[in-house]
Amino acid sequence: MSDNESISENIEEYLEVIYKVSLEEKKPVTTSNISKNLNIAPGSVTQMLKKLDKRGYVHYSPYKGAVLTEKGLKVASKVTRKHRLLERFLNDILKLKKDKIHSEACQMEHALSDDAERALCQLLEQPDQCPDEAPIPACDFKFDSCEECLERKHEDVEEVGSRDENLISVISLGENEVGRVSFIRGDYKVIRRLMDMGITIGAMVSVIKLAPFKGPVEVSVRGSKLALGRDIAKNVFVELIDCESKDEDGALVHG
Amino acid sequence: MVKLGFQKEKVRDFDPTFSSSKDEFTIALSGNANVGKSVIFNQLTGSNQIVGNWPGKTVEKAEGKLYFQGQKIHVIDLPGIYSFSTFSMEEIVSREYIAHEKPDVVINVLDASVLERNLFFTLQLMEMEVPLVVCINQVDIARQKGIIIDEKKLEKALGVPVVFTVAVRGEGLRKLIEKAVKAAEKPKKVPEIIKYGGEVEKRIESLSEMISSKKTSLNYSNRWMAIKILENDPEIIKNIKKESPEIISYANQLAYEIEKIHQEPSFAVMASERYTLANLIASGAQVQTKIDIPFSERLDKILTHPVLGYFTSALVIIGLLLWTFTIGDFLEGILSNAFSFFQPVDPQFSGAITAILWNGAFGGIVAGVTLIIPFVIPFYLLLSYIENSGLLTRVAFMMDSFMHKIGLHGKALIPLILGYGCNVPAIDSTRILETRRERLLAAFAITFAPCAARTILILGLVAIFVNIWWALGLYVLDLIIIFIMGRIALKATPGESTGLIMEMHTLKLPSFSVILKQTWARTKSLIYLVFPIYIVGSAIIQAFYALGVLEPVSNFMAPLTVGLLGLPVFAGVLLIVGAVRKEFILLTLVSFVGTDLSLALNPTQFIVLAIVGMLYLPCFSTIAILIKEFGWKAASVITGANFATALVVGGLFAKILPYFL
Ligand SMILES: Nc1nc2c(ncn2[C@@H]2O[C@H](COP(=O)(O)OP(=O)(O)OP(=O)(O)O)[C@@H](O)[C@H]2O)c(=O)[nH]1
Ligand SMILES: [Mg+2]
Ligand SMILES: [Zn+2]
Ligand SMILES: [Zn+2]
Repeated sequence: MSDNESISENIEEYLEVIYKVSLEEKKPVTTSNISKNLNIAPGSVTQMLKKLDKRGYVHYSPYKGAVLTEKGLKVASKVTRKHRLLERFLNDILKLKKDKIHSEACQMEHALSDDAERALCQLLEQPDQCPDEAPIPACDFKFDSCEECLERKHEDVEEVGSRDENLISVISLGENEVGRVSFIRGDYKVIRRLMDMGITIGAMVSVIKLAPFKGPVEVSVRGSKLALGRDIAKNVFVELIDCESKDEDGALVHG
Repeated sequence: MVKLGFQKEKVRDFDPTFSSSKDEFTIALSGNANVGKSVIFNQLTGSNQIVGNWPGKTVEKAEGKLYFQGQKIHVIDLPGIYSFSTFSMEEIVSREYIAHEKPDVVINVLDASVLERNLFFTLQLMEMEVPLVVCINQVDIARQKGIIIDEKKLEKALGVPVVFTVAVRGEGLRKLIEKAVKAAEKPKKVPEIIKYGGEVEKRIESLSEMISSKKTSLNYSNRWMAIKILENDPEIIKNIKKESPEIISYANQLAYEIEKIHQEPSFAVMASERYTLANLIASGAQVQTKIDIPFSERLDKILTHPVLGYFTSALVIIGLLLWTFTIGDFLEGILSNAFSFFQPVDPQFSGAITAILWNGAFGGIVAGVTLIIPFVIPFYLLLSYIENSGLLTRVAFMMDSFMHKIGLHGKALIPLILGYGCNVPAIDSTRILETRRERLLAAFAITFAPCAARTILILGLVAIFVNIWWALGLYVLDLIIIFIMGRIALKATPGESTGLIMEMHTLKLPSFSVILKQTWARTKSLIYLVFPIYIVGSAIIQAFYALGVLEPVSNFMAPLTVGLLGLPVFAGVLLIVGAVRKEFILLTLVSFVGTDLSLALNPTQFIVLAIVGMLYLPCFSTIAILIKEFGWKAASVITGANFATALVVGGLFAKILPYFL
C-alpha cells in the first residue's frame, strides 16, 4: 500500500465521521467529537483538520469545529454510501455477526470501485438504510431513478457520468431552503404517484414541516402542500438551489 | 344551487312528454380530491353526498337529477382523481367511468388556490378528448391567499369554457350549468394543446399510425392509446395485448428510445412535460399578490407543531367525546324529566296485551328521543365541523408514525375517527388506503371503534349509573384495545406497508349551512332507520317478556353471562337483541326493569355489561359491509376476534372490579 493511498483512506475516514455527526447535529463538528469517534488523540485530529481545510474538504475553525465543503461532502457521502451498502451486504447476504459488520465494512469501503458499488446496490435491491437504520445516501451517477439505473445495465458508470451537484434527501432540507428534485429512489408505483402529485424530476420543493418521532414531512411543491411519509420522503433527493442566503460555511449546516 | 332556483325550475320547466335525445344528457363532475365536486353535486341535485375537508370522501360514483330549462340532466359525482395513471381503488372508479361510460360533458372542477397541480389532470382530460367545461372553484380561498386568476386568459390558453365558482355559496353554478348544457348540445372538438417534445411526439405519431392500421376494438382515440401505452399504463396495455401484441412490442422499442434520449423513464418524461405546460398556463393566467400571512396558515403552524400538534390532535379525538358527554348528559336530563312528567316510564308485564304493547312502544319512543337528540345530534354536529375544517389531515399527519405501529399510515386514522360516528361509512372510506391488506387492517381496527351506538351504551349504563370518569375510562380502554388488537392483527398478516402520500388542503372555517345540512342528513337517516325499530322492537320484547318466552334463552346462556361475566341471568337476552343494534341492550334493559337500572345491576355489572356490549360483535350492518368488502372469511375472523376480546376483557373486569368499586 503506497503512502499516498493510505492518506486518502485516512481522509475518507475523517470525512465519513464528520458527515455522520453533522447530519445528526446540524452544527460544526468539534475536534473532541471526532477524536472520540475515531479514537485518535485530539492533537492529531486538529492537525488533520487543518490539512483537510487546506485541501478544501472542510472549513475548519479552531473554536467552532469543522464543516464539510461541497467537495468534502461529495467524498463523504460517497464513502458513507459504500460503507452502508457493504454493511447491508455483509449482514443480509454473508450473514456475518452484527458486531463484526461495521469494522469489516470500514476496511472494504475504500477499495470498492464505483461499478462494484452500483452492482452491489442493484443486488441488494436499492436499500435505503443500513442494518442499524442509518440512511444510505443516494449514488452520484447521473440517474433520475433506480428504474433508469436498471435499464441501463449494459453501460458502466463511466459512460453514465457523475453528477456535479451533491444530492441531499428532502428530509435534510432546512427551513427556507429550496431544492430541485433530481433523483427518486424506490418502487415504480411510488415514483409514479409522486410524479402525478407534482414531484417530478426538476420540480422545486421546500420543506414546511418535519413531524417528530420519524413522522412524515410536509413539503410544498407547485403551490400545493403534500404530506409524505418519512420512508418515502427520505428517498426523494434534491439539489440545493442557491438562494441569496446560502450559508457561507458549507453544505451541511442548514438554517 | 338550490337557492338559485333549480328546485323551483324543476316544477316549472320539467315537461315529461318532452324527450328528444338532446333533452336528456349526462354531466360528470371530475377533478382532484377535495376540490368541491360533491358540494356542487349537492347544490345541483339536492342530494346529501358526504362533504368534508380531506381528500377521498367520495369513494363511489353517485347519481342525481337536475331539471334545467326543460332538460333532464343526469349529474354524476365521481371520486377525486389526480391522474389517469392511477392505482388506488376509488380513483379507478373515476377513470373507468370517464373512459367507458362517455358522459356528454365532463365538468372538471379545480381548486383555484392550487391551479398548476389541478391543471395536470385537466390536461389529461383534454388529451382524452372528452367534451369539457372547466370549473375553477374555491375562488374565495384563492383570493384569501392573494391569488388572482384571469378568466379570459385561462379560457384562451385552454381553449375550453371556464367558469369561476364559490360552490359553498352557490356562486357561479347557474353559469356553470348553462355552459355545460351548451357544450353538450354543440360538442366542439377539444383542442390539442399538449404537444410533447419532438422526439416524443414523433414516436407517439408513429405508434398511433400503427394502432390505426391494426384497427383495435377499443373505443379510444389512437393518439390517446399511443400516449397511454408509452406511459406504461397497465390497463390499456393489457387490453391491447389481447388483440394485437405486436403493438406492445413496437411500443416497448419506442419507449426504450425515448428513455435513451431523455435518460428518464418515458412516463416520467411525459409527466414532466405535462407539468411544464400546466406551469406555463397557470403562471400565465394567475398573479400572486402580496398579502399578510392568512389566519389559516398561522393556525396550521400550531396544529402541526412538534409539541402543540400532539396536544391539539388529542384534543380533537377526546374533545369529540367530551363534548358529546357533557352536552348529552345535560340535554338528556332535561328530556327525561319532561317525559316522566307525562307518564312514569315503568315496565308493565301484566294486564291487557294492548296495554303492555303500548307501554313497550312508549318506552321505545322515550329511549329514542332521549338517546338520539341529546347524544347523537351534538356528536354529528361536531364531527361534521371537524371534517369540514381540515383538522383531520393534520391529525393524520401528526399520528402517522404512531399508526405505523399497527401497520397503517396516518391516512388510516381518518376512517378510524369516522368510525366514532358509525362503523359502516368508516369501513367504506377505508378505500382511501392503498392495498387490500391495509384496508383489512383498518377495517378490523374500526370494528372496535366506539361508534355512536357504543357511545350510547357507555353513557346509558356507565356515565349515568356509575360515574362519568368510569365512562371515560372505558373509552381509554377501548383505544388501548384498538391498539393491542391492531398489533396482533399486524403480526397475523405480515406484509409491506405503504407510505403516506396525502395532500394537505388549506384549513377552512367550515360553512355553517354545509354542517347543518350534513348533520341533519345523518340524523334523519338514523331516525328513519332507528325509531321504528326502537318502537316496534321495544313493544315486542316487552310482550315476549310478559309471555315468558325469553327465560329459556337466558338460562341457556347462563354459564357465559352469569358464570364468566357475573351478570344477571337476563343478560343473555340482552346480548342476543344487541346483535341487531347495540342500543337494544339498553332498550331491552329498560323494558325489563324500568328507567332506574340501578335496581337490577350493581356498578361492576354495569361496567362489565358495557364492556361486553361494546366489544362482543360488530352490529349487523357492519358485518354486512365487512362481508361485502372483504368476503365471508375475513368477516367471520373479525367477528370472532371481537367476540373473544369481549369475553377475555369482560371476564377479567368481572373478576377484578369488585376490589375497586
Ligand atoms: N371556502 C370554500 N370552500 C369550499 C368551496 N367548495 C367546496 N368547499 C369546501 O371544500 C371541501 C371539499 O368539498 P367536497 O365537495 O367534499 O370535495 P370533493 O371534490 O367532493 O372531494 P372528494 O370527494 O374527497 O374528492 C368541503 O369542506 C367544502 O365545504 C368553495 O367554493 N369555497
Ligand atoms: Mg366528493
Ligand atoms: Zn469507514
Ligand atoms: Zn451503519
